[in-house]
Amino acid sequence: MRQRAIHAWLMLLPALALLVAFTHWPAVSTLVDSFFSTPKGQRPGVWVGLENYQVMAADPVFWKAVRNNLIFASATIPASIGLALVMALWVNERIAGRAFLRMAYFTPTVLPMIAVANIWLFFYTPQYGLLEQITGALGLPSHNWLGSPSTALGAVTVVAIWKEAGFFMIFYLAALQTLNPSLREAAAIEGASRWYFFRRVQWPLLMPTTLFVLVNAFINAFRMVDHLFVLTRGGPDNASILLLYHLYEVGFSFWDTAYASAITVVLVAVLAGIALFQFFVLDKRVHYK
Amino acid sequence: MTRTAPQRLVYNEPTWLDTAAAWLLALLWVLPLVYAFWTAFHPAEYSTRFDLTAPLTVDNFRRAWAAAPFARYFLNTTVLVVMILAVQLVLGTLAAFAFARYSFPGRNVAFALVLVQLMIMPDILVVENYKTMARLGLVDTLLAIGLPYFASAFAIFLLRQTFMGIPKELDEAARVEGASAMQVLWRVYVPLARPVYTAFALVSVSFHWNNFLWPLIVTNSQNARPLTVGLQVFSSVDQGVDWSIITAATVMTSAPLLVAFLLFQRQFVQSFMRAGIK
Repeated sequence: MRQRAIHAWLMLLPALALLVAFTHWPAVSTLVDSFFSTPKGQRPGVWVGLENYQVMAADPVFWKAVRNNLIFASATIPASIGLALVMALWVNERIAGRAFLRMAYFTPTVLPMIAVANIWLFFYTPQYGLLEQITGALGLPSHNWLGSPSTALGAVTVVAIWKEAGFFMIFYLAALQTLNPSLREAAAIEGASRWYFFRRVQWPLLMPTTLFVLVNAFINAFRMVDHLFVLTRGGPDNASILLLYHLYEVGFSFWDTAYASAITVVLVAVLAGIALFQFFVLDKRVHYK
Repeated sequence: MTRTAPQRLVYNEPTWLDTAAAWLLALLWVLPLVYAFWTAFHPAEYSTRFDLTAPLTVDNFRRAWAAAPFARYFLNTTVLVVMILAVQLVLGTLAAFAFARYSFPGRNVAFALVLVQLMIMPDILVVENYKTMARLGLVDTLLAIGLPYFASAFAIFLLRQTFMGIPKELDEAARVEGASAMQVLWRVYVPLARPVYTAFALVSVSFHWNNFLWPLIVTNSQNARPLTVGLQVFSSVDQGVDWSIITAATVMTSAPLLVAFLLFQRQFVQSFMRAGIK
């Protein structure tokens, strides 16, 4: 018995050691570092208590990033999930060109964000970008989508939705394919309308998938920043800055690692909050599978 | 009876309106890609002029390839992706086997510790992980890019679920024959879990081929830079507004995954599905 336990721990050890070194330890040490000043040269950081958090509270860019991130999340999450559901409902039926449609929706998912952001940059370019050509042909005035503070965040949000919807579609499609076909026959015999069938049969049965996708969409809303590096660099005037991008700037452009640790703590807290919510609220409620 | 049967079949079938909307959305979805291909394969003067008689060219690709060390970037990304996948599979298999088939003190705590990584992923902990890499003297190496991802909670979770679904009788039969634990794992569990390995491999490869932020932070020369970072450096530094070349580089960077996806579409879609359903 004891020998088996030793065997098991030996098999776990490599994976667990790496997890501790690159997930658990950094998560804890970032909290510790957030109470110290940034080390300068050979001088180690000194205890400063909550000073980094006071800096954060007084940093308008941080609050801008929080605000933007909330807007970004509240736009990308419902839009990408809604589109994903509609896509899946279409592709699940015998629709003309089904294989092409499925491929078209899913393709953005497999491509590097940094690469597709380059394409979108060209798409949004003033004067000779594709979007300008279309709006120009319709006689609309020229607009610098990425360059003006009022539309920059919206422009990067659209890219995120485009990238994510097809990914979430896959999960809905998988769930729809496991639904019992006799449900549909029963609904047909009862003469239920299509909307009624969706609302009373498909949607409730898809609930576990929706919650799974919701959690993923939430995490992505705080993790997806690659496209900012290409499209706006958080600008103009921080109009499109997101939390993780701000963390990158503070930590690796200004090298203020102590303040960056404090921002990391906020991000970890957000993600841990989502995890606890999923574990204690969602998993309790969704008991059918 | 013969009259109701066809009716039942058409129930819930998409109307022409659905079909039109679905196609419109699909065309919108591929439009940026079609646009990229157009620009990449035509001379610069046609990059914003859509003329079906425009001459095709691969000159943009040639110039992009010559302007930056893309061969090196391709090599780096390939080595990186293969290295990460190989380590993830070995470590994940061992850990998953321990969780699935052994009961030992501390198992639940250890499993909970593994699951933490599903929520707090290395992408967020870049500041501390950078300090660790600096301390280890690994900054600007491929190993530094890979290390935080070597132990994958996702791989462990997925394989554990699969291993638990394999009948214990097969395991016991092999042991009666005198097979050791490692032999059982290798001869019974791994072959039966092959579809899950494929699924995880596709997800892992596409994730790490596309990963950007951590490689950007931890590399500072072409020795370790993967394609995504190389592309960003290339397109942001000195290309001015030569869109044709940037687009060619973009298409080049995405091409291996795109081609693989188009060839193995079914496996890709099924793999992503399988990976998502717990």
